[in-house]
Amino acid sequence: MMKYVISLIVGAVVGGVLLVLALYLNPLTSQNKLSPLSVTDNEVIRLYYSAVAQDSLIYTNDGESQVAPHPVKVLQLWEPTIRLTSAMVTVLLDSRDQVAGLGIKFSSESERTNILESAAIANSVWHVYLPGRGSLFVEQTENYWDYIRDIVVPAYRSSGDSWRGTWHGNMTSGPGALGTARVVGGSGDFAGIETDGVEALSAKAYSVELGPVAMDGELLIEIPRSDAVDDAGFN
Amino acid sequence: MIEVKPNGGNTEFFHINVPMDRVMIGAPEQRVALPVGLEWPTHPRFDGIRAELFKVRNSKDVVVGVASRVAASTDELDDVIEWVLHLPARGSVYLSMHPDAMDGGFRIGELCAGTREFKRLRGSVTERWIADPTASGDTVAGRIELKTEFVGIGEDQ
Repeated sequence: MMKYVISLIVGAVVGGVLLVLALYLNPLTSQNKLSPLSVTDNEVIRLYYSAVAQDSLIYTNDGESQVAPHPVKVLQLWEPTIRLTSAMVTVLLDSRDQVAGLGIKFSSESERTNILESAAIANSVWHVYLPGRGSLFVEQTENYWDYIRDIVVPAYRSSGDSWRGTWHGNMTSGPGALGTARVVGGSGDFAGIETDGVEALSAKAYSVELGPVAMDGELLIEIPRSDAVDDAGFN
Repeated sequence: MIEVKPNGGNTEFFHINVPMDRVMIGAPEQRVALPVGLEWPTHPRFDGIRAELFKVRNSKDVVVGVASRVAASTDELDDVIEWVLHLPARGSVYLSMHPDAMDGGFRIGELCAGTREFKRLRGSVTERWIADPTASGDTVAGRIELKTEFVGIGEDQ
């Protein structure tokens, strides 16, 4: 009788380990690292920012998460309804490393997160203002699964509690059919447009204690040609 | 509290208690940094831009989300006043306000885009500042009230 119980326990443990390994190493769940906007003929606005909280103008969350709010005395989002939400205000740079404008990002953990589907989902929006050009609203779902698998888990497994390397990935997973964000223009040159966008991260260093240490974000926004807008009947 | 209209639309009131719910004020030559330690960019491209972050409350005075308000007055473009309300349990709305205030001190605007629960809606919004008469000295205190009136696209046609 005892040997059956031991077999059952060992089998359950081995099965659990195999399931975790299968989920962790499953190559079928890798996200496409190529941006869907890389093949477009339209203008693509590229905006860059540091994804390190200490480099932002402000970053806030519930105050108990891994990434500490910045500056230290910023109001924290501790109320139950916004406890899983973070807010970041950052300077956006263009591809020549010049100041392009202001970006505000709100991000909330989604109830659609499902480990069995390799989905670590966040609902996020950007409020972007580019002086001289106008304003944009970006709506997206982001999947952090590859980021967690390739950076966060190795950092926890490392004896130094950190990760160093070169990693690039598209975070945007929807709502567009090709895994693109929905972008709506609000003012200036962008008034009335509806188009696609993609957000990507490039990581070089991550610490278990501090979170991202060297990480840049990139926001790509496709701007439809004016004749395409005419064809679609928006003007 | 959501008030449902006969045409299928609904009216909702949100508000922000100032200064309690104000997370950030970013503006050129701001006398006092909020939050303490904020280093707002002095780059010329930020001239004329004022950005604020808030916690947002429903009519029961419960915090239900966060919001950004961007006001820009530059030589290059028309003046802009915009809100993004991010309500984690429901979705987000992107609101564009008319830059000039109406008689009575309120400002009107429209829904430019919404996500999730607000995705297939259109409608208007009213922004109003209600000062707290009991506030003393230089203290700016009161509440920003946002009244949204949204209707499903096609529902009232």
